[in-house]
Amino acid sequence: MSKISELSLTKIVNGIKKKDFSSEEVTKSFIDSSKKSKKLNTYITECFDEALKFSKNFDKKKDYKGLLSGVPIAVKDLFCTKNVKTTAGSKILHNFIPTYESTVTNNLWSQGAFLLGKLNCDEFAMGSSNETSFFGNVKNPYGEKLVPGGSSGGSASALAAGLTPATIGTDTGGSIRQPASFTGTVGLKPTYGRCSRWGIVAFASSLDQAGPMTNNVEDSALLLQAMSGYDSKDSTSVDKKVENYSSNLTEKIKGLKIGIPKEYRVDKMPTEIDDLWKKGIEYLKDAGAIIKNISLEHTMYALPAYYIVAPAEASSNLARYDGVKYGHRARGKNLIEMYENTRSEGFGNEVKRRILIGTYVLSSGYYDAYYLKAQKVRQLIKNDFDKAFKDVDAILTPSTPSSAFKIGDKSDDPVSMYLNDIFTVPVNLSGLPAISVPAGYDKNNLPLGLQLIGKAFDEQTILNLSLAIEKRANFKKNYKVWWS
Amino acid sequence: MSIDKDTVKHISKLARISLDENKVESLSKDLTSIMKFIESLNELNTDKTTPLTSIINASLKSRKDEVKDGKIRNQILKNSPEKNDEFFVVPKVIE
Amino acid sequence: MTEKKFDYFISGEKAKWEVIIGLEVHAQVLSQSKLFSSSSTKFGSEPNTQVSLVDSGFPGMLPVINQFCVEQSIKTGLGLKAKINLNSVFDRKNYFYADLPQGYQISQYKNPIVGEGEVILDMPYGSKKIRIERLHLEQDAGKSIHDMDPENSFVDLNRSGVALMEIVSKPDLRSPEEVNIYIKKLRSIMRYLETCDGNMQEGSLRADVNVSVRKVGDKKYGTRCEIKNVNSIKFMQAAIEYEANRQVQLLEAGKTIDQETRLFDTKKNSTRSMRSKEDAHDYRYFPDPDLLPLNLDKSLIDKLKKELPELPDQKKERFIKEHNLSPYEANILVSEKEISDYYEEVIKECDKKLAINWITVELFAVLNKKNLSITQSPISAKNLSSLIKMITSGKISGKIAKDVFEKMQTGDKDPKQIVEKEGLLQQSDPKELEKIIVSVISKNQDKVTQYKSGKEKLFGYFVGEVMKASKGKANPQLVNEILKKKLH
Repeated sequence: MSKISELSLTKIVNGIKKKDFSSEEVTKSFIDSSKKSKKLNTYITECFDEALKFSKNFDKKKDYKGLLSGVPIAVKDLFCTKNVKTTAGSKILHNFIPTYESTVTNNLWSQGAFLLGKLNCDEFAMGSSNETSFFGNVKNPYGEKLVPGGSSGGSASALAAGLTPATIGTDTGGSIRQPASFTGTVGLKPTYGRCSRWGIVAFASSLDQAGPMTNNVEDSALLLQAMSGYDSKDSTSVDKKVENYSSNLTEKIKGLKIGIPKEYRVDKMPTEIDDLWKKGIEYLKDAGAIIKNISLEHTMYALPAYYIVAPAEASSNLARYDGVKYGHRARGKNLIEMYENTRSEGFGNEVKRRILIGTYVLSSGYYDAYYLKAQKVRQLIKNDFDKAFKDVDAILTPSTPSSAFKIGDKSDDPVSMYLNDIFTVPVNLSGLPAISVPAGYDKNNLPLGLQLIGKAFDEQTILNLSLAIEKRANFKKNYKVWWS
Repeated sequence: MSIDKDTVKHISKLARISLDENKVESLSKDLTSIMKFIESLNELNTDKTTPLTSIINASLKSRKDEVKDGKIRNQILKNSPEKNDEFFVVPKVIE
Repeated sequence: MTEKKFDYFISGEKAKWEVIIGLEVHAQVLSQSKLFSSSSTKFGSEPNTQVSLVDSGFPGMLPVINQFCVEQSIKTGLGLKAKINLNSVFDRKNYFYADLPQGYQISQYKNPIVGEGEVILDMPYGSKKIRIERLHLEQDAGKSIHDMDPENSFVDLNRSGVALMEIVSKPDLRSPEEVNIYIKKLRSIMRYLETCDGNMQEGSLRADVNVSVRKVGDKKYGTRCEIKNVNSIKFMQAAIEYEANRQVQLLEAGKTIDQETRLFDTKKNSTRSMRSKEDAHDYRYFPDPDLLPLNLDKSLIDKLKKELPELPDQKKERFIKEHNLSPYEANILVSEKEISDYYEEVIKECDKKLAINWITVELFAVLNKKNLSITQSPISAKNLSSLIKMITSGKISGKIAKDVFEKMQTGDKDPKQIVEKEGLLQQSDPKELEKIIVSVISKNQDKVTQYKSGKEKLFGYFVGEVMKASKGKANPQLVNEILKKKLH
């Protein structure tokens, strides 16, 4: 038998149920690999002692009713966890200890899982490379010099390196799917409203959505099922029954119509991305899907619209970090100086840039030209999808325009960094579900993902299609462990 | 639209973020390049488009008027960098 | 009622000026819990004990709207005869302040829940319509306390998130007195509706006052100044007077008015510029992405309309029509819901005209003297009613009634018991009265002679003597009748 920490979430859950191994053994295995992983810099807070204690208790009680019974899980440090430091990757929250638990993590714990630690991420989830974290950049298991993607970079890296059996991230413009693509893992952004946002440090409220990050599609279905659900504490949560994604999971997708949007064939896209996309089309054809060429006319406007909406909402969401109630506080002669110094010291450069852009586009005289315009463009982008989904059941695109890039490569040029999210952002603007599934490698043997976009609340179809791709792509982790 | 140094200073003031004078220049450059990127939207005629008001097609859910929260002063004040037994404490506010 | 003419103008050295006033009234919604959280709205609790994680802006906390507050604002809108908007939107108003924990206030900017309406003022110079521009729902902020420490301010978030209705009038008010009547009327409407308790001491009703001046006859409005958060009618009036005069002086000196926010200094009785607010004036409103648009069912509005209580204007009309009251009397009674409630309780079993007199003259004198409101009245409506009944049925005289009324005030005593216990029942037995009268006549034969020889004024003297002899209990009407017979 291979090392426990190399097993999938589903195998671990089943193994614990069948008593192939105990929760304590599972936990020890992940703690062990985590402890050796310092070079990856994935953890901001380790909860190893508490996790071990929990697993021992679990083994005594032997309650296997939950979907995730006895499984330790490390989560992105954007989810508020009761009595465990929650930083959002920011200095301004470096010492914040919530007295409450986010709904999504709470859902995991009520399914029998428990917290292994809090994972590094871009500061307030603003970034595509995990380089904006106050706690240093995370490294990609596929190369010491490579970024893991972002903003859920710590989560993706920890998952790919076998430090946690699964994890959860948040996705505002691609923050789950892009790092999944960069690390050869499966990342799903559910439909907006599927998972509660209550207790998640907010970046852009109309775009943020938590989702599962796993080693394979089967795990994704399981974790999605565990974390989803209506929450009356979140006014944007949708009261819709959670499907049994796991037991409904099937690769029988014969007859499903798949749209291929011509606008995703962008300038300067490496041919290997285009090749991967073609391979994906072949896999789905092979599984019996019908391929249709479609148009999502306004795709090129998604990213600029996103860089109005997201910073605008962020500038307001981050106003609460003022040194009064929690977190970092700087000195100041009077209240205003205290605010200004606190926020100047507490926020990093990218967060400041976005707050300033957001403040600017909302400021007097500019609202119509920017924010209102962006909301109109958003409507057009949504209309494109609505129209397309009259003819197709799902849409296939590449997840990212490139594989993982080098640390420092794009950190000086915000716009080139933003272009990373060109394929993922339209989905957030439209509130749709989408998944990134590993489907191949580039010439440097770095993983590449394909993205499947579904109709609202039709996560099942994109999971099924991903399973069909996964079976055919036969993707295997092929990095050499360099960090332990 | 270029974001000149005065604009950078003005919006930093609005956003309550103090800026080092030597950072204003580079911020102005960064923000200008972001705004140029954003302004590609201007190519698109949206005169007849209604703006999106909400991404989900549902009406706002409400709650009953019941007192079920509060009386957690310890929790509320626990993380505050400066407080006393009853209040958050901030530097004097000058009206 | 005397005919009065509107005469509030400011006479400058060069011209006569008209004062233009618009009000933004902030009325606290009467509800158990806050607008977007489930913590209590109770006044006067220990600092920071009525605060939830939502009210204090903790990371990841989200607002969920209170249905009752929505209905309260609709009811108020209906009471202002206003249009209820079936679709409204909550926006964020962004600014930094110590008692604004989220860094923004959830309010309604472009699409308020209630549109245009009106309030009718009864002024001595006739009734005047004040147009309402809008009513919207918003969160209250917390409170900063500046006087407990020399270097620091203390922040109490108990009020943070309490629901407010901001009621914005058009610039239709023209004098401090109209402002007085407007606020009182608005307050009265909301108290009838039970949507706001109108308690100005506790801050349940505050107002920002917009003041400008223009030369009499001019059509264009002048530049206005906004005086923030004035919390009593008296201060509002003083602030308007000061501000209008300040503006007239500036304009007559050839200067211009800066559009700005000013603060009323209650100690100096003057207003001063609030420069600190200036640079924060760009509120960067945008729709709150944590909430969805508020879409109302027409059926809900119809239901609330049906449940609406009788409002002061309707009640006044009914009193005039059905109770035959004068507009003046009706106005006094409907001005406060509790007064009209009291009145209607009293008249269930007694004469209306007498009731009005007893309430507005005798009872109000007592309340004024003791500084009590009608709900704290030492005499219950029931007991006042039975007192009046005893007068109309002839059981006691009006004079005795006043004594009894005096005695009722301690411990809300039943007038019947007082009358019985002290034997104050009116003497209405003709035989008994005849005895007294015969005795009075026999004792005053000289006066009888004078009376009979034509000095008819002496009749009053005989009545007085009879009343004296009966200790005031004799039925005056009977006394008259019998005396007349006996003296012939």
